Amino acid sequence: MRVAVIQFPGSNCDTDCQAALLSFPGAQAGIVWHKETSLAGYDAVVLPGGFSYGDYLRCGSIARFSPIMGAVRGAADAGVLVIGICNGFQILCEAGLLPGTLMRNNGLLFRCENLHLRVENANSPFTSILHKGQVLEIPIAHGEGSYFADPETLKKLNANNQILLRYCDAKGNVSPEANPNGSLENIAGICSHGRNVFGLMPHPERVCDPLLGGTDGRGIFQSMIEWTASHQARK
Amino acid sequence: MANPAITPELIAKHGLSPEEYEKALSILGREPSFEELGVFSVMWSEHCSYKNSRPELRKFPTTGPSVLVKAGEENAGVIDIGDGWAVAFKIESHNHPSAVEPFQGAATGVGGIIRDIFTMGARPVFLMDSLRFGSIEGNSEQAKTNRRLFAGVVAGIAHYGNCIGLPTVAGEVYFDESYSGNPLVNAFCLGILRHEQIARGAAEGVGNPVFYVGAETGRDGLAGAAFASRELTEESKADRPAVQVGDPFREKLLLEACLELLATDAVAGIQDMGAAGLTCSTCETASRGGTGVEIDIQLVPQRAKGQTPYEVLLSESQERMLVIVKKGQEDVVKRIFEKWDLPYAEIGKVTDDGKMRVRNGKDVVVDIPARSLADDGPLYHREAAPFTQPSALDFSTVPQADPADVLPKLLAHPSIASKRWVWRQYDHMVRTGTAVLPGSDAAVFIVREANKILAAATDCNAIYCKLDPSVGARIAVAECARNLACSGAVPLGVTDNLNFGNPHKPENFYQLRAAVEGISEGCRAFGVPVTGGNVSLYNESPAGAIDPTPTISMVGRIDDASHITTQTFKEAGDQVYLLGETGNELGGSHYLLAIHSRKEGAPPAMDFDKEKAIHIALLGVIRKGLVRSAHDCSEGGLAVAIAESTFGTGLGALIDLGATNDRPDVVLFNETQGRIVLSTKASDAPALEKELATTGIPFRKIGEVTAKADLSIKTGSNAYSWKGADLEHTFESAIPSLMEG
Repeated sequence: MRVAVIQFPGSNCDTDCQAALLSFPGAQAGIVWHKETSLAGYDAVVLPGGFSYGDYLRCGSIARFSPIMGAVRGAADAGVLVIGICNGFQILCEAGLLPGTLMRNNGLLFRCENLHLRVENANSPFTSILHKGQVLEIPIAHGEGSYFADPETLKKLNANNQILLRYCDAKGNVSPEANPNGSLENIAGICSHGRNVFGLMPHPERVCDPLLGGTDGRGIFQSMIEWTASHQARK
Repeated sequence: MANPAITPELIAKHGLSPEEYEKALSILGREPSFEELGVFSVMWSEHCSYKNSRPELRKFPTTGPSVLVKAGEENAGVIDIGDGWAVAFKIESHNHPSAVEPFQGAATGVGGIIRDIFTMGARPVFLMDSLRFGSIEGNSEQAKTNRRLFAGVVAGIAHYGNCIGLPTVAGEVYFDESYSGNPLVNAFCLGILRHEQIARGAAEGVGNPVFYVGAETGRDGLAGAAFASRELTEESKADRPAVQVGDPFREKLLLEACLELLATDAVAGIQDMGAAGLTCSTCETASRGGTGVEIDIQLVPQRAKGQTPYEVLLSESQERMLVIVKKGQEDVVKRIFEKWDLPYAEIGKVTDDGKMRVRNGKDVVVDIPARSLADDGPLYHREAAPFTQPSALDFSTVPQADPADVLPKLLAHPSIASKRWVWRQYDHMVRTGTAVLPGSDAAVFIVREANKILAAATDCNAIYCKLDPSVGARIAVAECARNLACSGAVPLGVTDNLNFGNPHKPENFYQLRAAVEGISEGCRAFGVPVTGGNVSLYNESPAGAIDPTPTISMVGRIDDASHITTQTFKEAGDQVYLLGETGNELGGSHYLLAIHSRKEGAPPAMDFDKEKAIHIALLGVIRKGLVRSAHDCSEGGLAVAIAESTFGTGLGALIDLGATNDRPDVVLFNETQGRIVLSTKASDAPALEKELATTGIPFRKIGEVTAKADLSIKTGSNAYSWKGADLEHTFESAIPSLMEG
């Protein structure tokens, strides 16, 4: 899997994502500057975390106008895997590639901590090697991660099984206490209707090395690698 | 607008004494211009010139085989860590700005120290912070103000560090009345670089162009260095324009652009614009290069129209750098800074006349010999008041409090309680290197690109320093080294932040001198150089001076990932040991402060030989794989250390401290130095005991880790027990409930 990690001005998890991907035998990962306009030759795209354009105006609202976003949209339309992590999720929402928006945490403070997530749907390119109901421990680090969408959108997300991850406790209970930011229905990550665009607030790239406190992030990247391999085999 | 005439009042307003003004006259051979007066004022402030502290700072040990750039030579010291890699690190204060405007004051403190590190050519990898505030307990106006300052400072650090993408991995926060009205905000940054990447802040090469890169200059932070070199008063709020405004996004771009530029061959010298802005950077680069620098104010990118040359020269607008470019390579700067959408401008050139010359178009407004300005500033040998050793505490005056009640009270004291509320607001994991999360004895960070494991800690118990500045400073160094040892690291170097009151007052100056001497002795004992740091004097509010606070930050190296050790117990059945002996002392303890409201007595004794032997013994058994947890005893003593070792584990401990005639409150809560609580697998206990016995250090088994999450401690004929969940709840909820109600 050849992965493009997009570097916006203010991205700061770009090299973390690259390093995490390079720890998989089946992955190559390169940094692509946001002023580029082509993603030809890549099998997957990562919009990494950070503070693109300083989060000025609104998180992700300026980055969506970056020159590379035309190519990201083209890739998404062509079925290429696109994963937006934290600020990347915010950019995908601002760009209209995912529905809904991320608002200020209900506690108003930035929160960085390890949390539990329940896999809600293992039938996606990003969760295919996981199983439904599995509990992952992956950290968050954000001030604006409260997922919001109108009731109609929320209904569709549920009906189409687009909600891939919800915040839960260690036993997998999706409870108000386990919700770190006020996200509707404890939503931590959603995918597009076509399943190939995924946005999540937690940082899987931070838990890909046992020395750094865990490996629960690996399942997401491994799913992407295996999906890409089988997809290419079919072609 | 015409410049004002140079009058004695104007000179005094610029903080220059009549003698200093005479010195300026003799350097110039004429009366200074208004701009030159401003330049002398900031360059000869304590903040920039260290005029009161320099003779003392010379006492620090600053050399060693691993030192690549010495303290004071450049923006930060650089230490070899092997395989061609090096670290640059430094701590710096932003106390005064944070007192007046906590959010921006703290934010720009972080921004400033990060620039100091990447100016050296190093990629910043992590941050730490040492913070001090007045008491946040109660409903007094002062407590409310202190809470506002605390919340604002933490938010400011989070704002800057999170946005720029650097993890804040460790730190310390203390609360004490002496900091009411004068909080301390000391920010630390460490960066990594290859030996050949070390960049210099010298204006090399006559004729080379001088570039200004980064944010436009505005009116913020006017003469902030001079502001920082005064006592805080009721009127200080009016100095808010002296506080800078930070833009971490701009700094992120500047950081990436500068590192990209430094990776080319185009740079002859580079210097950040921090305190005293454009003035200090031009004059220091010229002085270091043995050259002159000439710039034109009209070429400087400016945020506001109509700024006077005086304002542009003295502005401390953030996120700016001065770059001396090799002639002919101007296009490299243009290419890189256009890529990153950052302003840049060629504003002058390196000259051969040794002058710092500033033009405003055709007019010359500043023309001063750069070396005289940077290096020949005033130097004062202040008077130190004679010091009376504190008398040992008379225990009969201290009523025995029931340890069963004392432990929860100490765990709820804001200085001891969990700081999770603070570090949860900091991204402490970005850059994916944080191997030990905040809250343990030391931060442990894996630097991926260099394949090195670093540890870092920052410490200072200012109560000890208040009671006996020399002993307090010695303990600060020893505690840092002990924290590193507990994490499995050997120390590499120290950076210090000397926070004191007005040095004109002899008792304050004694504190400064004694602390510097204590730090020096400590660094010699542990064989580590001081690689740089910062001096912050005039930390006084109308209520008086702060307790002397010589903050120490120490960086260490861990040789193998299997040596990384944390403070918490791991498994039921593990055996618990205490290294070191508990003395019969109580002076300066948090028990005395929090329970008996007394800040008195002699601080605990510090014997470097004993201390060092314990660190070496501990590292020995860690490297043999015999240690599952190690935690040092500091504020709150042995009982607090044992309780902390259980937190977050769901485990408890059954402890018997053996026969003693000493008072239980003294045994449980005194702060005798050089003690470590460690745990080992039951099957490893014989090997551990055998190894430790060969080292000759005092140690003994004190109990075992239990599956039941309760804590029981026996001392002599007294036994106490607590519910683990209650203690942990007390520890974790203390600060959130004060801050969120």
